Amino acid sequence: MKDLLSRLVDSFGPSGSEETVRSLIKKEIKGLSEEVFEDNLGNLVAYKGPKGVEGDLLIVSHMDEIGLMVTFIDENGFLRFTNIGGLPKNTLVGSRIVFRNGTSGVISQEKVKDQTELDFNKMFIDIGARSKKEALEKVKIGDTAVLVSAFSQECTRLIGKSMDNRAGCALLIETMRRLPASLPHGINFAFTVQEEVGLRGARPVTYSLKPRYGLAVDVTRVGDTPEPEYKMDVSLGKGPAIKVKDSSVICHARVVELMVRTAENNNIPYQMEVLERGGTDAGVIHLSREGVPSGVLSIPCRYVHTSSEMVDLQDLENGVLLLVALLKDKWL
Amino acid sequence: MLAAHMDEVGLMVASIEKSGHLKIYPVGGVDERLLLSTSVQVGPDNVPGVIGAKAVHLQKKEERGKAVEFDKLFIDIGAKDKEDAEKATKVGDYVSFLAEGQALQDDLFSGKALDNRAGCAALLEILKKDCPLSFTGVFTVQEEVGLRGAKVAAYRVNPRIALVIETTTAADLPDIKEHDHATSLGKGPAFTLRDDSVITHPQILERLVTVTENDEIPFQFRRFPGSFTDAGAISLSRDGIMSGVISTPCRYLHSPSSLLNLRDWKNLIKVVDGFLNSIVEKGL
Repeated sequence: MKDLLSRLVDSFGPSGSEETVRSLIKKEIKGLSEEVFEDNLGNLVAYKGPKGVEGDLLIVSHMDEIGLMVTFIDENGFLRFTNIGGLPKNTLVGSRIVFRNGTSGVISQEKVKDQTELDFNKMFIDIGARSKKEALEKVKIGDTAVLVSAFSQECTRLIGKSMDNRAGCALLIETMRRLPASLPHGINFAFTVQEEVGLRGARPVTYSLKPRYGLAVDVTRVGDTPEPEYKMDVSLGKGPAIKVKDSSVICHARVVELMVRTAENNNIPYQMEVLERGGTDAGVIHLSREGVPSGVLSIPCRYVHTSSEMVDLQDLENGVLLLVALLKDKWL
Repeated sequence: MLAAHMDEVGLMVASIEKSGHLKIYPVGGVDERLLLSTSVQVGPDNVPGVIGAKAVHLQKKEERGKAVEFDKLFIDIGAKDKEDAEKATKVGDYVSFLAEGQALQDDLFSGKALDNRAGCAALLEILKKDCPLSFTGVFTVQEEVGLRGAKVAAYRVNPRIALVIETTTAADLPDIKEHDHATSLGKGPAFTLRDDSVITHPQILERLVTVTENDEIPFQFRRFPGSFTDAGAISLSRDGIMSGVISTPCRYLHSPSSLLNLRDWKNLIKVVDGFLNSIVEKGL
């Protein structure tokens, strides 16, 4: 699974420009499902289960990542940009970025009196161009870029960009690989777009699939680093987290209960998660049409929304075990 | 589906004071700094009034040099007392700016509610043209209070593609650097890359650019990433709708004196027309 995750995090896919990561996932899940389709907004859906039956369960994992978009190119070839999703202002300067065509650049800033005033409009990207004309040969306004960061492993910890949420994508793909041929439910696995800009992709996909139950797989924050920003009783390496609530959803009690029972019955370590700030695709899934009881399986992750996010391989492995066990179970 | 919202920002009568003055609250994003001393009309009978506040020499030291906040502003319709005011208006009446449109030099035009009557006027012009593509034109309500009308309209129309015709902020002003201009007057209609509600679908953006290049129409990208448009609600309707936004740049948005360049507006109509025709020719 480590190699799969490394391919996924190295792939390019800021919100709204998910083509590259989508083709990679399509390749990875080839032959693992009965049917694959792409919807109007670019969500990738794979159906597994009996033919001609509507999917009872919808399992989603968003494939987009935070990034940035070029808004202006000045006479000297410097690029101005805006954020795509929750890009952190205070850790950007000095960061390397890369465009889909491979053009790389570095983010720097204008002089500011007070560093707390630093905003995206005071920063710029230097792609080494000597003029506007030279810059335009490589990028154009509207092009998107992502942070650059090499994937690495220390013991069971994996470090890289976009663990949010390629770790979730890896968990879903690995689950699809390990599922038995015969299942009690029809399952739609959806790799969604534009989660980082406001849970946008999951909404239309849920509308069109009309699932009975929904489950989002995403990373969550942890509280196990020195003086964390938020008090939170989730740690790296102590198992996948079963979400109770965040700002977007209160997970359906029946789904939470089923997840806990499944983990207990299969001796899979797990943690309960209450996230004070932040949302997931489950936030829009559970409010689709007449309501869809939904839950979230979270992967603990340190340094979310930086270029070096850290997850634990054992949490991922246990996450797969839990999801496989859940999907073999009868939900209704 | 082509959509232009027809509502404008305004005010509402919140209460009528004993003195006959009307307390107000905003409907949509109204900047209270613009309100003092403006002329308004109140309610269905267009009762004239002016917006007032405590005179400067009565202000406390800490109040001076600051914008007067909503709860300290009131409308004076010249009523003697509450009873007199109640003959002319009631709580819940809408209040709009009283400002006549006026032509300035060089194709510039100023008036209230150009956001988004400019879009409505453009959509009307497009509806008048002979277009080989069948489309639905929607004049939406309640955009300024949260993209409400577009949401239900998109559900009903259920289009394959949506283009929202808007008016967007221009900040080509003294002391603002070019990369912060958002848009500039006279440089053509503006294409949204992304705002807080939508990322323009790449195929729509690409097609808009191709149309302008083929027909040699000037255009610009909107460089300001913020704010919300009907496209946000439309794009997430039902199973998802490819959406984009094209705007006439406009200075002093949401004020009684917003200002746009009619050449940008005419070019916007050309681009939308070209966009529709290109879909007939080669799909999207």
